[in-house]
Amino acid sequence: MSKQNCLVANDWICGEYLRSRSQDLTDATVQHIGITAASVAIGVLVAFPLALLARRKAFAGPVLGLTTVLYTVPSLAMFSLLLPLFGLSASLVVTGLVMYSLTILVRNILAGLQAVPEEAKEAARGLGYGPARLLWEVELPLALPALLAGVRIATVSTVALTTVGAIVDYGGLGSLILDGLDTTFKAQVLTASVLCVLLALAADLLLLGVQWLLTPWTRATRATRASSGPRIRRRPGAGGGGPLAKAEDTAAASAGGASVAKAADPV
Amino acid sequence: MNAISGAWDWLTTGANWQGEKGVWHRLTEHLYFSGVCLAVACLIALPLALWLGHLGKGGALAVNISNIGRAVPTLAVLVLLTLTPLGEHGDLPTLIALVLFAVPPMLTNAYLGMREVDRSVVEAARGMGMSGGQVFRRVELPLAYGLVMTGIRSAAVQVVATATLAAMAGEGGLGRIITAGFNLQNTPQVVAGAFLVALLALLVEAALVLAGKAFDPMRGRSGTAR
Repeated sequence: MSKQNCLVANDWICGEYLRSRSQDLTDATVQHIGITAASVAIGVLVAFPLALLARRKAFAGPVLGLTTVLYTVPSLAMFSLLLPLFGLSASLVVTGLVMYSLTILVRNILAGLQAVPEEAKEAARGLGYGPARLLWEVELPLALPALLAGVRIATVSTVALTTVGAIVDYGGLGSLILDGLDTTFKAQVLTASVLCVLLALAADLLLLGVQWLLTPWTRATRATRASSGPRIRRRPGAGGGGPLAKAEDTAAASAGGASVAKAADPV
Repeated sequence: MNAISGAWDWLTTGANWQGEKGVWHRLTEHLYFSGVCLAVACLIALPLALWLGHLGKGGALAVNISNIGRAVPTLAVLVLLTLTPLGEHGDLPTLIALVLFAVPPMLTNAYLGMREVDRSVVEAARGMGMSGGQVFRRVELPLAYGLVMTGIRSAAVQVVATATLAAMAGEGGLGRIITAGFNLQNTPQVVAGAFLVALLALLVEAALVLAGKAFDPMRGRSGTAR
């Protein structure tokens, strides 16, 4: 009887809610993850060619300007403007979220590609690399840390923005939040909100792990860069600080990511 | 195409602009919420960020606060605040949420702007005998100006967007035209409202870009790498 009470009393924290509505919560979380993953994946696929286009001087202004304009449009308006094209559907939410992710992704990929040292490109050309092989085997790997930093920022903001999809009933956990407002169901609102933040943190940590695994060289060079300038000199034991290097990487990635995403002056 | 001509008809119908639920009233509400909250957020975030940046302390806080701000859904905060006892005080939940989401971009950008000022320039200014306050006013602040303004612009865009979402939590503002359109299954109204909101956001951004250029302390000086 006392277990039922927190539902009746409309408490913020309610174990009985978690138990009795676990299916609702699971469904909403799965939908949330699906929409986020689809949006970021499509976002990367669209952003990459756009970043390559923006490398040419003539296209840099229009591409960056367009993505900035898209980012300025408030989320609710973005979804609403897509309504005549998609109707009340998950594709509407995914399309809107892709448009948002483009700003961050294009800027980060572009910054990553532009930061590839000219010497590395010259050396690859000297070895007979064509443009495609140069991009795929030299520039892309060197731009990977910046790209992944962008993917992390885009993913975290997409997880949060997915909730707005509740306006067309495809908002994952956001639908539970909005439904909880209509019924003033406090436990549902709080639980869905907390799950949403946890989802963003989990996605961020997951991508941090991916970044760590995919770019082992960033960990190796950090120690040498700290000790001496361009000369390659490895101190014995410098590579031992795995967790330390990782923590440092986190700070650098988030600080760098933030400034790449926000600092670039929109047109 | 139907929706676009429908939205145009909606926008050109005078009755939709008048009265309690009309565009003018909703626009006034929107601008009032956004303006007040942006001003309050500036008063909170900028002095703190500039002070921390001048001292060179609190970098982890300044960077992480914007990461946290990005991870927390605006809608969740609006709805949570509306359901608390604060929800009985009319607009208060919306105003609080707007300030909460405007602070992080300003704090982070202003802080990074201060920290990215070339240390050798600051050293040179100190070597010339400038005091801490003089270094701040005459060297660091002008050089950090670009990023400070970027932060204010990001915050303004965020505030306009959040004020739109407030409609989903039952508040006023232009977003109300959109949510009412959804409730009435009136697609032209939804599109017309969305168009107005998007236009407002772009105008606010453009106005701040122009204001930023007009007040740039480095304006008209040659030899700056801007």
